[in-house]
Amino acid sequence: MPVSVPKGTTILEAAKQAGVLIPHYCYHPGLPIAGVCRMCLVEVEKQPKLQISCATTVAEGQVVNVFSDQAKKARQGVLEFLLINHPLDCPICDQAGECELQDYVFQEGQARTRYADYAKRFNPVEDFGPDILYVPNRCILCTRCVRFMEHAAHDDVLNVSERGDRAVIGIHPDKKLDHTWAGNVVDLCPVGSLLSKDFLHRARAWELDKTASVCPGCSQGCNVNLDTRNNVVVRLRPRANLEVNRYFMCDYGRGQYRWMNHGDRIEAPLLGGKDLTAVDWDHALDRAVQLVKGISGPAVTLVSPGASNEALYLARQVLGNARLQAAFRVHREAGEWSLAGVPDLALRAERAPNVAGALALGYREEFEAAIQTAADAGLLLVLDDALDGVAPEALQTPNIIYLGTRLPEIARRARVVLPIANVAEEDGTFVNRDRRVQRYFQAKAAPGMARPAWWVLGEILRGLGRGDTLSSAEEAFDLLAQSEPAFGGLSYAGLGVRGAVLGSRQPAGQPA
Amino acid sequence: MGFPHKPHPKETVVLSQYFGDADARSYAGWVQRGGYEALKKSLAMTPVAVQDIVKASGLRGRGGAGFPTGLKWSFMPKERTRTHYLCCNADESEPGTFKDREIMRWTPHALIEGCAIAQHAIQAEICYIYIRGEFTEPLRIMEKAIAEAYQNGVLGANAMGSGKRIDQFIHRGAGAYICGEETALMNSIEGKRGNPRIRPPFPAAAGVFGLPTTINNVETLAAVPHIINRGADWYKSLYLSNPKSTGTKLISVSGHVQRPGNYEITMGFPLKDLIYDLCGGVKPGRTLKACIPGGSSVPILNKEESESCILDYEGTVAKGTMLGSGGAIVFDDTTDMVYQVMRLAKFYAHESCAQCTQCREGTAWTVRILQRILAGEGTIQDLDLLLDLADQMTGKTICVLSDSCAAPVVTGIKKFRGEFEAYIKGARKPVMATV
Ligand SMILES: Cc1cc2nc3c(=O)[nH]c(=O)nc-3n(C[C@H](O)[C@H](O)[C@H](O)COP(=O)(O)O)c2cc1C
Ligand code: SF4
Ligand code: SF4
Ligand code: FES
Repeated sequence: MPVSVPKGTTILEAAKQAGVLIPHYCYHPGLPIAGVCRMCLVEVEKQPKLQISCATTVAEGQVVNVFSDQAKKARQGVLEFLLINHPLDCPICDQAGECELQDYVFQEGQARTRYADYAKRFNPVEDFGPDILYVPNRCILCTRCVRFMEHAAHDDVLNVSERGDRAVIGIHPDKKLDHTWAGNVVDLCPVGSLLSKDFLHRARAWELDKTASVCPGCSQGCNVNLDTRNNVVVRLRPRANLEVNRYFMCDYGRGQYRWMNHGDRIEAPLLGGKDLTAVDWDHALDRAVQLVKGISGPAVTLVSPGASNEALYLARQVLGNARLQAAFRVHREAGEWSLAGVPDLALRAERAPNVAGALALGYREEFEAAIQTAADAGLLLVLDDALDGVAPEALQTPNIIYLGTRLPEIARRARVVLPIANVAEEDGTFVNRDRRVQRYFQAKAAPGMARPAWWVLGEILRGLGRGDTLSSAEEAFDLLAQSEPAFGGLSYAGLGVRGAVLGSRQPAGQPA
Repeated sequence: MGFPHKPHPKETVVLSQYFGDADARSYAGWVQRGGYEALKKSLAMTPVAVQDIVKASGLRGRGGAGFPTGLKWSFMPKERTRTHYLCCNADESEPGTFKDREIMRWTPHALIEGCAIAQHAIQAEICYIYIRGEFTEPLRIMEKAIAEAYQNGVLGANAMGSGKRIDQFIHRGAGAYICGEETALMNSIEGKRGNPRIRPPFPAAAGVFGLPTTINNVETLAAVPHIINRGADWYKSLYLSNPKSTGTKLISVSGHVQRPGNYEITMGFPLKDLIYDLCGGVKPGRTLKACIPGGSSVPILNKEESESCILDYEGTVAKGTMLGSGGAIVFDDTTDMVYQVMRLAKFYAHESCAQCTQCREGTAWTVRILQRILAGEGTIQDLDLLLDLADQMTGKTICVLSDSCAAPVVTGIKKFRGEFEAYIKGARKPVMATV
């Protein structure tokens, strides 16, 4: 099958484009080429020896035979060699189901080994770092982990120790595998040799549903998958996006799944008075609409930079007719933790996913000033800011509409509390620090009666006679894109799964 | 030979002329014997002119692969826009090979001179001489000779008054056979694990520290001064069989011969004469059984093949083996070939750098099967399995260490199958090789 690719493309990548996945272990597009596993051998016309497709570049008119008897036999040989010392403990291995050794053996391997009853190599499990275990018996020495730490993390903690079949991955005697980006070695490991302690024995790979999302940990906006089982997010894993995070994400981001499952959520709309009483959506929305209609004096909105663009846009629309101070605050750490070998990739100081979106939509980072204004304001609309650190006295005057996932004590002063979905429970978009608008998808159901903030705000607008019910984030986004110049030319569908940069008028030209 | 015995009349003494002559080790002694004349001559020539002489001489690499030396040099960039390096491969770890050691022990200045000429020819200011870690005596002698060469202005910023800088540094290995493989050697010099590199890039484009590099064996480089002094035509005329294999070759003979040692022969010399005349044959009452002519990595020859093998690049290939590094291991009829093959495989299993799957797992698996056969627990299918593994280990890996392990296994089984079967059928009990 003919395929045409740029000069310098490897046979393996060219074959991928032609829809042929040549089995491989050491090759990973995010790492320097090692050419060591010898799994990707293919037959190249006019070459006496089989060539490794991961390191051999294509030539004009070259004929490559991936499935010739010779090539298949060589790959079967590699699989047999890899298996002679592999424990076959798949039933208790976390990698089972997403293991490249299982996959290729199933695809191309032989049914039986010819390795008689010799003892397999045995080395005890090692504790490599705060979240990483090394199971040497399963290791196929592809060196992906070593190359990641050396070339991407620039932290030479791992090496290949020993020679011959005694070889194992070694760790620096005085160091731990505790780099902020170390968790990537677990994803990179093609087998179950490097394991996350956090995820250890927590789920079987085939029980997991994967949902494309964006990490809410910081303003980098790494593309991730939310892995869920039974409506619970069990882990975050990087999803490739060459423009943002390549194939990686940091360990702080990986930990973000925890709060997504917290049980301390607001599950029903609440009306204020002496006590908060749970009501249905119609009542609660009604009250909210009345409050907005009755605004006297300035209005303030305090939003979370973790809210979607859709919600941020609609919140401003709701208060559009009032004199409005629109503000947010963001938690900042002192410093960034970069992945040194990859340009423009770091755990950013700004620990929220949508700071750039808030700014683009007219919010200012002036939380304190806004609180002062709120003291004399007519209405305060809060969008998922926990109001921690705000003195209760400061919020005596205004009528408060509180849209939130959780109910902090101070929010009990609200006239109406509206439960909203978190990032795992709705569709929406964020803008990362490089002004890339990226979609995230709903991975699980929201608790109780909680609804996406864009729906809630859309309903208030409808009550105000300024819109119709929004049935999807797409509708909300497309409204936003029509009226916000910064988002001009973008459409929700056009964002795809890799996003588009604000002002670029077109989605980035990456193959999906 | 020169040491410990006088040269045999059938030897062609060029490189080994001063073996055993301790006075030749010093700078003064070397100059008295005509040393450094060739370097002076070379420095007066253009680099390309030196390359051309070596090309015309027909000199081929003595480290194993037999690649034409002048041609290799011509792969280096013509314009020197970046640092060029020469690496002298003195890692000599191939079982059965011990010729480079003698060159360094007795004629260190010959090597220094050869390196310097090569450096001029490829415009490399810097040469690393990578000496096998276990070679303590050659190391001391080389260190002393290099110090003397600096003192006498042969090396340094103004080498022999030419205005050119020629530096030579010794890098000591740490006991890994694989570091003799040229790209592993470069990694080792860089302070990295001695893993062979995938090619391309080739060393002449990106070698040590990513810069253009040429690697040559000690014996190759030591031959260069003679070629410069006596001319390409003289060297080219040194052959007995095939004009594509010219010059002299040191053959290290070990094993079951009366007089083991290093013998310098003209290319094309019969292996039979080497064994029976030069080395005095096997012990009385024994007969020749087999010979590995080119160091442990090459296929084994049986008696008939050995007795009709011509020692040059083409002659050995005609017998299905290779000249390799020129380490001839001779086995007489007391040898247990199964044990010998296991012992060789064990060496490669131990020394595999562990990068390539076939080599890392295949060498070790091969040893296990052979040990099982030796313990009387093998099956007849094991022989087919060994051959199949050998096939998987050949031509599929980064370097040829894997192939080198397979070669003696394949030829051992093909040529001495009866001995393997005897173990398998229980007709033979484990015995140690008699020395
Ligand atoms: C596993 C392995 C070990 C080797 N060891 C040596 C060695 O000890 N000395 C040597 O000169 N060449 C050795 N070689 C060959 C070198 O890679 C290289 O071909 C040689 O140094 C080139 O020099 P030449 O062209 O002068 O022969 C080895 C090759 C392999 C694959
Ligand atoms: S631990 Fe995993 S990634 Fe690292 S070398 Fe072993 S198999 Fe490869
Ligand atoms: S063939 Fe063996 S020694 Fe050579 S690079 Fe591969 S693993 Fe290392
Ligand atoms: S994937 Fe090509 S050699 Fe490992």
